[in-house]
Amino acid sequence: MAKSHKPVVWFPFAAGGTVIAFFIPVIVLLTFLAALGHVPAGLGYESMHAFARSGLGKLIIFGVVALSLWSSAHRLRCTCYDFGLRADTLVATVLYVAAIIGSIAAALFLLRI
Amino acid sequence: MTTPLKERLVQLEVLRYNPDTDTEAHFQRYEVVCQEEWVVLDALNKVKADIDPTLNYRWSCHMAVCGSCGMMINGEPKLSCHAFLRSYEGVIRVEPLAHFPIERDLVTAPDDFMEKLKRVKPYVISKQKKPIEEGEHKQTPAQLMKFRQYSMCINCMLCYAACPEYGLEPEFIGPAALTLAHRYNLDSRDGGRKERQEVAATLEGVWTCTFVGACSEVCPAHVDPASALQQMKITSSIDWIVEHLIPGGKS
Repeated sequence: MAKSHKPVVWFPFAAGGTVIAFFIPVIVLLTFLAALGHVPAGLGYESMHAFARSGLGKLIIFGVVALSLWSSAHRLRCTCYDFGLRADTLVATVLYVAAIIGSIAAALFLLRI
Repeated sequence: MTTPLKERLVQLEVLRYNPDTDTEAHFQRYEVVCQEEWVVLDALNKVKADIDPTLNYRWSCHMAVCGSCGMMINGEPKLSCHAFLRSYEGVIRVEPLAHFPIERDLVTAPDDFMEKLKRVKPYVISKQKKPIEEGEHKQTPAQLMKFRQYSMCINCMLCYAACPEYGLEPEFIGPAALTLAHRYNLDSRDGGRKERQEVAATLEGVWTCTFVGACSEVCPAHVDPASALQQMKITSSIDWIVEHLIPGGKS
């Protein structure tokens, strides 16, 4: 049997999993605090906006968003498979396309800042 | 003075199947007086000795070393010599290992696992042959520690019974066999990784694994097959990059 090409989707999935583990809990916490009106010093709108305007900032935000979306899409695909939803090509196409659209949208929004 | 052991009336619901007379498997209820400190295997032995000598099951060492007595106990893959009665209340349901064909009662046919084990070449494939006069292949403790954990597998097949992927995709090489492939790949004396990758890096190999992790949860030898498979995915991915994206990379 031939070697699999799964690494193409698995490598960004693994990278996204690492990103999610490190960044997403912090982002959730910060968003929650912001919703309650407690914005930590240095993370206010002005400084975050300035960060998103810099080239490195754009790259980091895009990396976090795109890899997290890809990782979640792949995880959901595996979960569907584990639960016996065997239309894998369809599931994979829908989820990966959603992740790609989300990533392109993130890139467009970032470029407009 | 010794404290007398506490007795307990244990109810077992055991799956029975005799291929000569039964068209399908059925459950049989046994009530047997056991000591509170016993394990499920002791209860089965008592049933066989005192109540029903026709009951079939495999066991040997009674100390979680031989890997023969794996069964589903209340739906979970366990070594019955390692499943203490005090951990269970009410009727204890005992079934043969999931995902394997039943041969008779609690005895399953392990042929599929044996065939897959052979395919991953679970033995040292020497880098270079050297004559006996040159002595042994030496290994440092640090080199040993790289693979030691993965060499502790007792081939009990609990991980196959726990793996939902193996249940859904019987072609999957599966946790224990792939972990053994990894064990030899990590061995400093070994040069066979390329050969094993022909099986391990395929869709039937590590790429059927979706990292459910049930294999590691049920493993009685703490081998952690899920970690081995994840490590193999990383090395297989690096191989893929070398083979496809780097000009002049090996194919």
